[in-house]
Amino acid sequence: MFKKTGVATKNMVEEKLPSKEIREKGPYAIFECFQEIPCNPCSTVCKSNAVKDFENINNIPEVDCENCTGCALCVSICPGLACFVIDETYSDNEVLIKLPYEFLPLPEVNSIVDALDREGRVVGKAKVLKVQDNKKLDHTNIITISVPKEIFLDVRNIGLEEK
Amino acid sequence: MLHTEIAIIGGGPAGMCAAIAAAGQGARVTLFDRGKKLGGQLVKQTHRFFGSEKEYAGIRGIDIAKILCDEVEKNKLIDVKTDTTILAIYNDGVITYEEGKNYKRITSEKTIIATGASEKMLLFENNDLPGVYGAGAVQTLMNEHGIVPGNKVLMIGAGNIGLIVSYQLMQAGVKVEAIIDASPNIGGYLVHASKVKRLGVPILTSHTIKRALGKESVEGAVICELDEKWQPVSGTEKELDVDVICLAVGLSPQSELLRHTGCEVKYVPGLGGYVPMRDGNLQTTVNGIYVAGDTAEVEEASSAMVEGTIAGLSAAESLGYGKNISELKKSFISDLDSLRSGAVGEKIRSGIQKLGC
Repeated sequence: MFKKTGVATKNMVEEKLPSKEIREKGPYAIFECFQEIPCNPCSTVCKSNAVKDFENINNIPEVDCENCTGCALCVSICPGLACFVIDETYSDNEVLIKLPYEFLPLPEVNSIVDALDREGRVVGKAKVLKVQDNKKLDHTNIITISVPKEIFLDVRNIGLEEK
Repeated sequence: MLHTEIAIIGGGPAGMCAAIAAAGQGARVTLFDRGKKLGGQLVKQTHRFFGSEKEYAGIRGIDIAKILCDEVEKNKLIDVKTDTTILAIYNDGVITYEEGKNYKRITSEKTIIATGASEKMLLFENNDLPGVYGAGAVQTLMNEHGIVPGNKVLMIGAGNIGLIVSYQLMQAGVKVEAIIDASPNIGGYLVHASKVKRLGVPILTSHTIKRALGKESVEGAVICELDEKWQPVSGTEKELDVDVICLAVGLSPQSELLRHTGCEVKYVPGLGGYVPMRDGNLQTTVNGIYVAGDTAEVEEASSAMVEGTIAGLSAAESLGYGKNISELKKSFISDLDSLRSGAVGEKIRSGIQKLGC
């Protein structure tokens, strides 16, 4: 089905989640990369040794969340925009998500934006906590948002109000 | 008449890498391109590239073009001729070309043909209406000249080009109403598909276009579903309100010049059409004529760059340049093999096997 839709199913995403202990400890990266393609920048960019070296460049990246610091270098370098950082310990009711964003205008810090799912549907509201757009990111900016706990597995994009 | 050691035709990723590799070994190179500047298709690829660090993975195509152009320009052994169209390659090795408005001739000891590929057209009613674009034209307009092609787009083809250009259109503020593909599955990388889906763009597989609507220009499109035998399913016709129909239905290798040389070509659909037979050095069946990039087989730019390097090294080696070329070449050949070793490289691997070389 994924090959027809390009939309990962809940099962596929849950399989990418790290262990309960890691999820309760702090931020971790989730790579929504499900197809073998010749690509490995996530592994070469990672300074924490959380993305194992590729034996074959076509391999699907394996994240060792024990080592992941949630730095989000992978979020910005991934040509497929498939890397996200999740922090379930952000607050009692909210989860923090760092996502790649290549659109203008950038959202404003502290603004409330639409939380979009993998099909671009509005599934709730997100608060913009941080906007990183420094030169090093080379236009793949990193937006940090917080969303209600119930929807954090669905939210992968934000929508700003139409001009 | 002018003379060069290695003539390289085409200044895209393959041609530029061939020039850098050959000149790096000490060979004198003349690099021809019909465009005003070097870069080929790279100059409109605003997305980050896949591959490994060696092929500039994670860097945008436009920036890779700059890196390679700089390297070409600072190398005194490379003579660059832009705005120059090759007209013919003769049996005696004479290459004729038009530089600006002048007709000129040059001879070369070795020639590398890296002319790339051209876009395929699709048959449907009214496909000659203004507003029907090739994806390459949309990218040129938008990413090189900053002009949007219209307001509402129907993209035909869910391969990498269709998906990437849809994403770029959305970035430019143009709405993509739908991406359709006749195939039952998305052909491009699924991460690209996920990217456009996240923006709310529908991807309709097993769908085709029946006709474009409009009198002076595109005012709409009629699409329909296809069954498992790729036949239209009656009653599924749907009208879309669009002013642009963008075709991203594949590429054909530009093998015209290769044929001038008399080298053997074979029709291999998995490689894009008529492609030249070649050996491990990327030399065709004609001695001294090499090939690299999309002209050899329609593939990713990362592979084109590696092929260019291999062809450049091979040509330099055959002229007696360099010391450890064969070791160097081996490492690039193994890089190319590894890029192609996965599931998405299957088509290329089996295509090259069919070529019997």
